[in-house]
Amino acid sequence: MKGLAQKLRTGQVTSVQLVQHYLDKIQADDPKVQAFLYVDWEGALAAARASDERRKLGKPLSPWDGIPIAVKDNICTVGMPTTCASRLLEDYYSPFDAAVIERIKRAGLPVLGKTNLDEFAMGSSTEYSAYHITHNPYDLSRVPGGSSGGSAAAVAAGLCPWALGSDTGGSIRQPAAFCGVVGLKPTYGRVSRWGLVALASSLDQIGPMGRTVEDVEILFSLIAGYDGRDSTSLPDAAYHCSASGPDTLAGLRLGVPEEFFGNGLCPEVAASVRRAITLMESLGAQVQPISLPHSAYAIDTYLTLVTAEASSNLARYDGVRYGKRVEADDAWDMFRKTRTKGFGPEVKRRIMLGTYVLTASHHEAYYEQARRVRSLITQDLEDAFAAVDVVVTPTTPTTAFRIGEKQDPLQMYLSDSYTATANLAGIPALTLPCGFDSRGLPIGIQLLADHFREDLLFRTGRLLERILGEVGE
Amino acid sequence: MTGYEIRIGLEIHVELATNTKIFCGCAVEFGAPPNSQCCPVCLGLPGSLPVLNRAAVEYAIRAALALNCTINLYSEFVRKNYFYPDLPKAFQITQDDKPLAVNGLLRYYLGDELMETQITRLHLEEEAGKSIHSGESIIGSEYTSVDYNRAGIPLAEIVTAPTMNSPAQARAFLEQLRLVLQYAGVSDCKMENGSLRCDANITVHPEPGMRVEKVEIKNLNSFRALERALAYEAERQVRVLERGGTVMPETRTWDERAQKTVRMRVKAGAPDYRYFPEPDLPPLELDAAWIEEIRSTLPELPLEKEARYQEAYGLSTYDTGVLVRAPQLAQVFEATVAQGRDPKFVANWVTGDYAHLARLGGTVSAEHFGQLLDMISSGAISAAQGKTVLQEMFARGVSPREFVAEMGFTVIADRDFLGKVIREVLTGHPELVERYCNGEDRLLGFFVGQVMKATNGRAEPRLVNKLLVEALAEGRNWQPRAE
Ligand SMILES: [Zn+2]
Repeated sequence: MKGLAQKLRTGQVTSVQLVQHYLDKIQADDPKVQAFLYVDWEGALAAARASDERRKLGKPLSPWDGIPIAVKDNICTVGMPTTCASRLLEDYYSPFDAAVIERIKRAGLPVLGKTNLDEFAMGSSTEYSAYHITHNPYDLSRVPGGSSGGSAAAVAAGLCPWALGSDTGGSIRQPAAFCGVVGLKPTYGRVSRWGLVALASSLDQIGPMGRTVEDVEILFSLIAGYDGRDSTSLPDAAYHCSASGPDTLAGLRLGVPEEFFGNGLCPEVAASVRRAITLMESLGAQVQPISLPHSAYAIDTYLTLVTAEASSNLARYDGVRYGKRVEADDAWDMFRKTRTKGFGPEVKRRIMLGTYVLTASHHEAYYEQARRVRSLITQDLEDAFAAVDVVVTPTTPTTAFRIGEKQDPLQMYLSDSYTATANLAGIPALTLPCGFDSRGLPIGIQLLADHFREDLLFRTGRLLERILGEVGE
Repeated sequence: MTGYEIRIGLEIHVELATNTKIFCGCAVEFGAPPNSQCCPVCLGLPGSLPVLNRAAVEYAIRAALALNCTINLYSEFVRKNYFYPDLPKAFQITQDDKPLAVNGLLRYYLGDELMETQITRLHLEEEAGKSIHSGESIIGSEYTSVDYNRAGIPLAEIVTAPTMNSPAQARAFLEQLRLVLQYAGVSDCKMENGSLRCDANITVHPEPGMRVEKVEIKNLNSFRALERALAYEAERQVRVLERGGTVMPETRTWDERAQKTVRMRVKAGAPDYRYFPEPDLPPLELDAAWIEEIRSTLPELPLEKEARYQEAYGLSTYDTGVLVRAPQLAQVFEATVAQGRDPKFVANWVTGDYAHLARLGGTVSAEHFGQLLDMISSGAISAAQGKTVLQEMFARGVSPREFVAEMGFTVIADRDFLGKVIREVLTGHPELVERYCNGEDRLLGFFVGQVMKATNGRAEPRLVNKLLVEALAEGRNWQPRAE
């Protein structure tokens, strides 16, 4: 991205040329990949022209002014639909921009369009989109992961230079890993959730996705910051890109939790991640085994909390004020028909599960129990970060699976096994590609750090990325 | 009804009089055009988030302190989930097991007896929108319109212990609660606008302490409705018991037209609200210093004021009652008395003519009012003239001194002149004079009235009285005579 910025600054390329390049690419390749739900052909070019005007006057809004971006379709944008890949919000236009959209507009980034996701971000394959399935650019018969599958596939296929996703239990990192791109789930509270259509409010976080660690760090610096409209926003949320530090990882204490390398982990993924760990060691990192004893419960805990909160967050889609209403004889019938017709099966499944775990007679056994385990998991990580600086794990147990392969919802939920921990604990997590399996599918490695230590993740990630590039496959 | 113990508890909702809503910046104004005071937050649009209004917390704390509650330095917001068209998010943000305040106490008079009732809790929550059905209710209406202006107005919910023993006591409690909250300046508490709402629960025990089922009554839109509905319900339950029946746990509604309670739903089917902590709002953690700061700005509350008026000014229970119930009058009274005027004299005027005119609209400054009272007490103008002047002060905002000077209002205390007027009056009513002379003393008032009328109210009444008595005494043998 620094290269692109340089070309824009020196006038070697204009924003209009750049945007046109991506629009052409979308026109040529998106029919195969199907990453986008909506492309703003006119709007993106208009924004590019405005950017070029600013450049001409010598007043760019930022070094990145004019570099376009794609946005997951559960983030509110004025002038484009915000559907959450749901039939219920098919014609929904938000009257306000999300805080992150305000921020990227303030930096001069034209928005190319809205990318596909699992309906209301519920899923790990983008197969649950009510509109169409997105394909993995590495193998079109495979899923790109999810729920930010559209954003990951768009970056991987070169349909956009970078993109925004959202991550509730792995929804940025798992598709980034499947598509061989870099993605960050920020510290909870560093990126405003104002304008992010809620799945599970206590876990959701918007984050950047890109081709390199450096790009992701730049985009993160653009979107992070305090926002008074989000009561969970943190006062010192802003992030400034770290200066390039030393070329070694000397002194970095790297923790490897054995619980993340056990049953269910594909051997090729394990080997690739272990190789990356060895490379980091060669850069001077002190590798040590650690234990996160409650991580086995992460996925159940996550599912209980996410379905509980989602059942409440999605109750507002009743057809009264907005969205696709199905007319009926009375209000209750209208609610029922609108929601029956408007929501897909996975959304209904989660709403029912969430309603069940919150019901008075089950509240204690499920919801309260999950809250208690959540604090144990958080405690595990606190203990871990007393001993190490960065925890390293595989991002996903397997590489991208085939479209239609996972029919059992429980199997699907397991793809978030390694990622949900960071959401439960509110800590930042970065995924970057660390190799390929024998089929040529990308493998991701996940780095976790303590609250507010994105800087550590980026520094470690950059060096790992470089050495992986140097040693090659 | 003898032999039965009645126990009543109340659940009160008070709209707090903040300028803006509890979780967004929308204005709060009664009677604005439908859906003109809304934004993404109070409409529950996708991607919107609540931000707690500090003023709403402050008002709720004021209310809680005025009700002698203990404020919890740590409290939590929760979601109460249910579907209704006027509930934009399909959940209400409220407080459940960790409320803002607990353990309050309200003292009040029931007749001459001082009562006290425990306030179990006071918590903050948001108001829903308002549904306007084309028919009787949401079921069976051709359409329902929803006004979201009200959605998100801050509410304090106040729950009492079920310890009140009569409908009259419940009413006295609620009247005092309203007064206290008005004194605290947290709400206008208008039952007719819905800014004060009350639900009641009542049990009738054949023997004290015996376990029976609770009946809830809703739709109590006035103090009278509260008292009558409870009285009706108590009698109904006694009738059921005396027939050997059992009272069912249920929710009933007060039918104002039929003057009776009607079953709404049986309790068994009560909804499960699936409460859980609101993840979009951090717990509410309060600074003890802020609470003390709020406490220090609380005004003197009604009961304290009542006691002070009786002790310091020697006012009657009637006068104190009127003054305490109308804080505006109390303010005028205190400001006027503060300048060394006779409290009883001032109280008479404030609770009489001033109160009457103030009810019709307008205000008169304590300064002008004081000037008027001084003119009356010094005898510069008569009380009757005073009434006229006060009317003009309310109607046109005139200054009493200027008005009196302008109108030539002065008191006539000239004995010769008054003597002449008296003679004319007596000459005009020979039969009445005769009846007076035959012992009908009460006719004196009539003669005084005639003299006042003849002098346009300017005669000094005490002097007229004295001169008339003298003239009539003289005239026990007095005969009209020709000039
Ligand atoms: Zn609003």
